[in-house]
Amino acid sequence: MDINQYLEIFIEEAQEHLQNLNQNLLSLESNPNDNNILNEIFRSAHTLKGMAGTMGYDSMMNLTHDMENILDAVRNGLININAGIMDVLFECLDFLEESVNYISENGKENQRSIEPLKKKLLNLLNSNSISHDSEQEKNKENDMDDFKFNQYDENLVGQAVAKGMKVFKIKIILTKDCMLKSARAFVVFKSLEKYAEIFKSSPAVEDIEDEKFDNSFKIAIVTNENKDKIKKDLESISEIEEAIVEEYTNLVSMEVATSNEIAATQEAKIEKEEQEEQEEHHAKKNKMGKTVRVDINRLDNLMNLVSELIIIKTRLEGIDSDSQNQNMSEAVEYLERITTNLHDAVMKVRMVPIERVFNRFPRMVRDLSREMDKEVNLNISGEETELDRTVIDEIGDPLIHLIRNAIDHGIENKTERANNNKKAVGNVYLRAYQDGNSVVIEVEDDGKGIDIAKVKKKAIDNRLIDKSEADGLSDKEAVELLFHPGFSTADVISDISGRGVGLDVVKTKIESLGGTVEVESFNNKGSKFMIRLPLTLAIIQALLVTIGSEKYAIPLNSIKEITSIEKDKIRNVQGQEVVLYRDSVLPIIRLADVLDVKDYAEDENELTVVIVKKGDKTSGFIVESLIGQQEIVIKSLGKYLAGIRNIAGATILGDGQVALIVDTNSMI
Amino acid sequence: MSYADHNKQFVVFELDDEEYGIDILRVKTIEKMSNITRVPKTPSYVKGVINLRGEIVPIIDLRERFNLKKKEECENTRIIIVYVDDMDVGLIVDSASKVIDINSDMIEAPPESLGSKENSNIYGIGKLDDKVITLLDVEKLLNA
Repeated sequence: MDINQYLEIFIEEAQEHLQNLNQNLLSLESNPNDNNILNEIFRSAHTLKGMAGTMGYDSMMNLTHDMENILDAVRNGLININAGIMDVLFECLDFLEESVNYISENGKENQRSIEPLKKKLLNLLNSNSISHDSEQEKNKENDMDDFKFNQYDENLVGQAVAKGMKVFKIKIILTKDCMLKSARAFVVFKSLEKYAEIFKSSPAVEDIEDEKFDNSFKIAIVTNENKDKIKKDLESISEIEEAIVEEYTNLVSMEVATSNEIAATQEAKIEKEEQEEQEEHHAKKNKMGKTVRVDINRLDNLMNLVSELIIIKTRLEGIDSDSQNQNMSEAVEYLERITTNLHDAVMKVRMVPIERVFNRFPRMVRDLSREMDKEVNLNISGEETELDRTVIDEIGDPLIHLIRNAIDHGIENKTERANNNKKAVGNVYLRAYQDGNSVVIEVEDDGKGIDIAKVKKKAIDNRLIDKSEADGLSDKEAVELLFHPGFSTADVISDISGRGVGLDVVKTKIESLGGTVEVESFNNKGSKFMIRLPLTLAIIQALLVTIGSEKYAIPLNSIKEITSIEKDKIRNVQGQEVVLYRDSVLPIIRLADVLDVKDYAEDENELTVVIVKKGDKTSGFIVESLIGQQEIVIKSLGKYLAGIRNIAGATILGDGQVALIVDTNSMI
Repeated sequence: MSYADHNKQFVVFELDDEEYGIDILRVKTIEKMSNITRVPKTPSYVKGVINLRGEIVPIIDLRERFNLKKKEECENTRIIIVYVDDMDVGLIVDSASKVIDINSDMIEAPPESLGSKENSNIYGIGKLDDKVITLLDVEKLLNA
């Protein structure tokens, strides 16, 4: 069978299910008794197993199957969830994830053996359930209590009791040498069904049919018959060793049911509401599924077409301003509205909630905090904030770096926290929100903050700056040193961070996405990294300027203001031209020099200055003249010209000419 | 053996009265000169970028690349757009007019005596009738 055409779907869905499993296992760890979560995990695991089986990836299928066995044991109360089990389950997930990645790269399953993991799972199952078994033997009477009714069952019981019927819990123990257990169970069910209604069984009926039980099972019935008759009937069936029948009386529900019917209906109502709530919850969960998968290349293509449309619109605008035709300008205006809307719509299609990236962090934080023996709470907010797909794909690694840093360097160990009168549990906050035309992602911790003195000392040791320079640095400037390549303040290089490649990589990555990183730090209160990213990457508003005979575009979102200064106001301070503007010193950069423009003729008196901001720094860029604001489509200069400083890309103007986009960030 | 196995097709162009050839499979289109936007901080032989039907394509002056003397562009000047390693690059040449078939037997390895630097860009020497055509290895030319 040619399965290649399904491969892509398989990988995407498998990743989704793995993500789902990861998330649900995490929540299961914090609410070990929530059956809804357990069921959700089951669904995902089961689907995954089926998918892997269909595609012929046997080890994936086998491993998921064994995981299901463990989960089944948990669901049936045979074993209790503990950290050991969770660790093994997470290990299995990691293995599955690796398998899926391997498949996506190589198209076939890797040959890594699943035996060690299988063994671990089996050990879990045996060791935990054996201890339970011995307990069971010791305390036979009590085990009926394990067989609990949920609210729905209780309600049913209440109604039955109100009608004068009785409720029994029955434990059937088959003889040890019983050959056809499911057949015996079937006979039990049949004989009871003559006069009783079976409303619950443990394990579930399907499992009993599949012989998924040892040699006993429990059922609950409502009936008019008495206890002795039932016991006699059951024990007359061959190969049944014993039938323990217990009448179930629940005074609370009985009272409710008998004394006041209104209460019962109310209860039913509440239950219904609860159910609705659950359904709503489900609907919310499933909302993500009601989408169409589209190859990102097709979206890029669509985006390109919209870009072309915008270019031609700009061109029409140019023609329009020359002509006096009223109809023409109306039509162009209309076209402009449509292209703007179309652009927005296409951008929205490419938007993905940042949840996709944030999802994997709870697990990471859990592992890290266990590994480092620090207790850390990860608080995520704003995960619904949307970002362009291309940004989402790139933002993961920088965030991992920052979160690792926060846990490794930021959050203190337990004793240190206790000494500083802080709660033992450290907090890491991960927030995302939209701010104007950009999206801000914050990683904050309530740890010890950045030690400025240590940073300076390290910078001197690493010969990034000398002593006198270090003394002259403000705290803010000192913190910036962290982003210098080859800087790391960790005393001991740990597994987690401290290889000295962290923050400068983060900074480069963010800047390549057109964003900025800022740090704030408060001694003993923690530190905060703020990443600011542009909402869209492909189409931006820009200011077109001329320098000599050449045209350049400056992204509008980085421009603070435009002004003109007199040439003789420029002062030279330590080789840097500056001008006093609005009572502060503004460094001046001559774009003609930076960009080697040859035919640039500077005006004798007045200079046009575009003031550009980067974080809290500003610089004035001298240009020759301004053309105006325009929507431009950013195009890359291509691989051959990759890595050119000061140029962020190119754009095609209305007249078909190419104008370069100035990368002001790299110049400040 | 079939005809195709024996023959390779080359786009022939001129530089300083010498004839050069590029494997036709590497050539996307041949364009007339158009407005080139200069890109700062690039080697002098990189003339800049052009807008080729909505795509930005970098342009290299082959004369300068081969350290030949400069020549004013004229109406014969052409840009050959080649496709290498997922990227398009334009090469400015004096003229480009024809495509020739060269039998692979007639292609010789570049003579070792021409061991100077730019010869690493040469794929071979093609002989056709009494003419000699330098066949360029575009991949090496652009990745050098």
